[in-house]
Amino acid sequence: MRSEMRFAGFGGQGIISAGKIAGRAASIYGGKNAVMMQSYGPEARGGACNADLVVSDDVIGYPRLSQPGILVIMSQEAYEKYGQDIDPEGTLIVDEDLVDFSELPPSVSRVYSIPATRLADGLGRKIVANVVMLGALAAISKVVSRDAMLDAILNSVPARTKDLNERAFNTGYEQGKEALGEQS
Amino acid sequence: MGKRILAGTHFMNGDEACAEGAIAAGCTLFAGYPITPQSEIAEHISVRLPEVGGVFIQMEDEISSLAAVLGGAWGGAKAMTATSGPGFSLMMENLGLGMMTETPCVLINIQRGGPSTGLPTLVGQADMMQARWGSHGDYGVIALVPSSPQESFELTVHAFNLAETYRLPVLVMSDEVVGHMYERVDIDPDKIEVVERKKPSLPPGEFQLYKPGPNLVPEGMPSFGDGYKVHVTGLTHDERGYPVLNAETQHQLVVRLKEKIAANSDDIIRVEETATEDADVIIVTYGISARTSLGALNLARDKGLKVGMLRLITVWPFPEAIVKSMAQRVTGFVVPEINLGQIVLEVDRVVRGDAVVRSVPHAGGDIHDPAVILEAIEEVFAHAG
Repeated sequence: MRSEMRFAGFGGQGIISAGKIAGRAASIYGGKNAVMMQSYGPEARGGACNADLVVSDDVIGYPRLSQPGILVIMSQEAYEKYGQDIDPEGTLIVDEDLVDFSELPPSVSRVYSIPATRLADGLGRKIVANVVMLGALAAISKVVSRDAMLDAILNSVPARTKDLNERAFNTGYEQGKEALGEQS
Repeated sequence: MGKRILAGTHFMNGDEACAEGAIAAGCTLFAGYPITPQSEIAEHISVRLPEVGGVFIQMEDEISSLAAVLGGAWGGAKAMTATSGPGFSLMMENLGLGMMTETPCVLINIQRGGPSTGLPTLVGQADMMQARWGSHGDYGVIALVPSSPQESFELTVHAFNLAETYRLPVLVMSDEVVGHMYERVDIDPDKIEVVERKKPSLPPGEFQLYKPGPNLVPEGMPSFGDGYKVHVTGLTHDERGYPVLNAETQHQLVVRLKEKIAANSDDIIRVEETATEDADVIIVTYGISARTSLGALNLARDKGLKVGMLRLITVWPFPEAIVKSMAQRVTGFVVPEINLGQIVLEVDRVVRGDAVVRSVPHAGGDIHDPAVILEAIEEVFAHAG
């Protein structure tokens, strides 16, 4: 089973970090294979930026995405650039305060709104918005388990920020569960 | 002191894996100049080498980078540099010096789109013939091509071992996608074999610097400071290392530089075969293009087409005996590579019309779409009728 996901936003939001952590979660703590490829160059330092992740039970040949089944979007620009690329059966997770899709409605029915940046701000640090999103992702999608994702986060962040990141993850996870409940 | 071998399971990119492979192999000197998409090697090793007592030098350019590596090797170090396209071009002069002086070292090229500055941040595989013929004169070459971060680690270790065994600069021809892609890398110290430099067995006075052993490789290499008076020159030299500028000495030396690789090619060559047993068409490819081809192979097998893949881990020396023997039993070969047809020339040369050979070129900037490779495969089947 091959799953393709894309994290997209602007440089500085921790998009690449989110991709790396999810990849680590899948391949080191989740027992699957994972390949992460990131946008590279000036765009990674401001402007649109993305991290692409392929997760599979089998060996991964072609490392690029054909059509992402999961799209995690944290900026308007990223939404406009990638929003319509998603698999029609796919899952779209957006930061509802940063993305307005009234002009360009998503092509999928499964859309989950997670106010990740606002929730992170509430925890005292906007910078953990990406970890809130990873929590929501773990709740909404079964590609990476809750435990694997949390292990990967706690083993990726500086020791002094573990507590903050764990709270961010839990906040996102609860929000994701709630959003999942509203959908079904 | 940091750990020389970073044992454990990591999620790292191919560039970082090259750096870790070098350190695991005993590299104590990296001299280089940053260039996209190689910079992650320099960045990573600049932190890691000093932790294990090694030296990182950022040189003023790529010419001096390889010069420092050659000098470091004669000073006793296991030494490496890494670069990309434009820097690889600048290194060609000193690559020849390394070949002529039989200096063990490793040169990694994280290929990007060329010619010239080309595509700094985007992939290419168009330096494959430059790897073979880039410096002037005749000499044998070893070039390894990884297709994953795991293999970037393993082949960098292997490159150091081959450099010591066959006494030459060994090339690792990675690419931007493999270099930048993150994947699991398992590092198990028990699985790492390291070849140490062979020192002279004879005392100064009796020892001859370039006297070859039965495998055509000079026996033993002293370091400056060991007490051996040696002459290391790019001029044509005799077994003592002294310049002798005539056709006879030239013949002896240059034929040996070529033959020490050719005669040992069975020990050097590594390939990986996938589903080749019953295959009518075989994809011959390497590096990142092998991963794309695996996608195409699966698509073809789903359609009931008997397709296999020969992945060249060693591109130079070219595995000609293997390709030649396959040519006797298959309909054709498909050769995808991110250049306008380089290694396909070798396949064609070896196959000599015994099977169809179809190039699947790509000018660079991205990897192939597996569907394009599938199309080429189907054309070969159609051609065979």
